[in-house]
Amino acid sequence: MNGEPLLAVSGLGVHFRMGRQEVQATRDVAFSIQPGERVGIVGESGCGKTVTGLALLGLLPAATSRVEGSAMFEGQNIIGLAPRALRRVRGRKIGMIFQEPMSALDPVFTIGQQIGETIRVHFGATREDARTRAVAALASVGISSPERVHDSYPHQLSGGMRQRAMIAIALVCEPRLLIADEPTTALDVTIQAQIIDLLLDLSSRTGTALLFISHDLGVIAETCTRMITMYAGQVVEDAPVDFALVRPRHPYTSGLLRSLPRLSPRGAALPSISGRVPSLRDMPAGCRFAARCAHAQPGCDAPQIMASAAPDHLVRCARHADLDLPGALTELEKVA
Amino acid sequence: MIGRRLLQILPVIVLATFVVFGLLQLVPGDIAVTLAGENATDARIAQIRQAYGLDQPFFVQYGKWLWNAAHLDLSRSYLSNEPVLDQILHRFPTTLLIVSLSLTISLVVGIPLGIVAATRPGSRLDTFVTSFASLGVALPNFWLAMILVATFALNWNIFPATGAVALSKDPSKALLHAALPAFALAAGGIAEVARQLRSALIEILSSQYVRTLHAKGLSPTAILWKHGLKNVSVTLLTVVGLLVNRLLGATVVVEAVFAIPGMGSLIVHAAIHKDFPVVQGVVLSMVVIVICMNLLIDILYAVLDPRVGRA
Ligand SMILES: Nc1ncnc2c1ncn2[C@@H]1O[C@H](COP(=O)(O)OP(=O)(O)OP(=O)(O)O)[C@@H](O)[C@H]1O
Ligand code: SF4
Ligand SMILES: [Mg+2]
Repeated sequence: MNGEPLLAVSGLGVHFRMGRQEVQATRDVAFSIQPGERVGIVGESGCGKTVTGLALLGLLPAATSRVEGSAMFEGQNIIGLAPRALRRVRGRKIGMIFQEPMSALDPVFTIGQQIGETIRVHFGATREDARTRAVAALASVGISSPERVHDSYPHQLSGGMRQRAMIAIALVCEPRLLIADEPTTALDVTIQAQIIDLLLDLSSRTGTALLFISHDLGVIAETCTRMITMYAGQVVEDAPVDFALVRPRHPYTSGLLRSLPRLSPRGAALPSISGRVPSLRDMPAGCRFAARCAHAQPGCDAPQIMASAAPDHLVRCARHADLDLPGALTELEKVA
Repeated sequence: MIGRRLLQILPVIVLATFVVFGLLQLVPGDIAVTLAGENATDARIAQIRQAYGLDQPFFVQYGKWLWNAAHLDLSRSYLSNEPVLDQILHRFPTTLLIVSLSLTISLVVGIPLGIVAATRPGSRLDTFVTSFASLGVALPNFWLAMILVATFALNWNIFPATGAVALSKDPSKALLHAALPAFALAAGGIAEVARQLRSALIEILSSQYVRTLHAKGLSPTAILWKHGLKNVSVTLLTVVGLLVNRLLGATVVVEAVFAIPGMGSLIVHAAIHKDFPVVQGVVLSMVVIVICMNLLIDILYAVLDPRVGRA
């Protein structure tokens, strides 16, 4: 694509030690994000979305996990970065928000204290200065009484308000990238829509790139310009959202799209993908989706690589060239 | 809050003193015989029994005591004829010194051990602290007290073996006398504090909000000392509350081993001789102390944890 990417991930793999054994949760994850771009990672529960996001910021438990691969961000590899250097990236260059705003905020400190300490650790601001900036940050995420929220404890706020506060904390240092891990999953539907609008608005206003993690393809389609599909710890498809919605190249992405009530053609029955994800302990060497794939053929037991299916469209499927898979929208519907 | 609490206290006081009074009836022996002296006639004993109201039914005796106590009159000791309140006030500082000293030792040693273990879970240091804690919880106080007396007092002559000195008279001597009993009591306290602090802190440090703190770029030091400690202080408060209650109970045994004239020996001596007003007075004061302590802790909860209602 155009110019130098903001983040270029390659060969990212996460291993967990469980007792004496080691399991590999993700393998050879690769993607890149341009400055200001909004990229979504989608996939079923357990496919490794959260683990990938945490690995980027070195937030996995050090004692039981091991990360391989690289993630180039502003000219340095942030995987395996020394703790001090990593702390200058966390919160300052890359912000992160999580699914459960209640448990992600410290219950015994006020929202203001939790924003203020981020400002102070990165900019060494004075208390008054930090307060002014914290209140401004709360106002910028659409909180109508920022002064009151500044002095509130997390339990005194509603779920939506807490997630707004969480976003304010993550964005107060104006990072270049925001990783949002299921930021709306724990919220009511109406609040969900508000938070998505807010993230879109903030991202376009400030030019902050977004890595939006969700199991909900509908949310990704609304929010992002690019979509990465993960299955069983691997990236299986990487394409602009517009391409992927109309003509997915991987049977799994197609299956996800067809099972979406919001995006599928009106009146059509909602098929779901049957079968189970293979366990981390015995991953097949060949295509990991083969057991559930309607198009599986003998050639599919060979290890699959990411291949270019179209310009700017990568897919991990041996048969991508000869399959014509249904998407959520036909070209016609899209035009209409 | 305090008014409602006082209403809850009254039944506790009545129940505790009533049960103790009931149990006292089971102690063999007759105080009237003791008071009448050697070779007293039956008539003399009967006379004494009548004079002290000991011939009256159980409920009447108890009711009278309760009525007087409600008017802040704890009666006089049958044995010494001293006002019970005076005896308690005289003995209490000694027990208070031992209990607060052992509480201090428990916290000063237990807190750092718990923190060190929690920040390096699974390390050798952690294993050491954990096994030390299991040992400390399991050791009986009186056994430890006897070992300490034998070693530090009788063999090495570092500490006095028995007795007590008032803090107001000679502070350093008072502390020297209180040291061994306080240590005997503190072993369990250190273990309890270290154990509880360790597990609470490990849970906090692996919580989602601590992950957020890391994601914001805070250093592990700032996370531990600012967020970790404030969050764990609630647990610590609970532990202190339980510990004080336990120390007050355990001091009875330890005071006996060291022959210390404190509340413990006072109640033991009185119970053996069925000196009813003294026993009841001590029980009452212990209940009041424990309840005040719990009230104080509840107030501190509200200060430390914003989620606790201030209503
Ligand atoms: N700390 C850990 N120790 C061991 N295994 C882990 C750990 N964290 C995650 N895993 C495993 O790694 C895999 C990927 O988990 P991850 O949380 O990334 O899934 P996810 O795609 O975010 O799913 P969800 O939609 O449920 O959030 C899972 O099989 C999970 O069991
Ligand atoms: S490689 Fe074969 S089994 Fe795997 S998704 Fe493609 S067609 Fe299906
Ligand atoms: Mg997840």
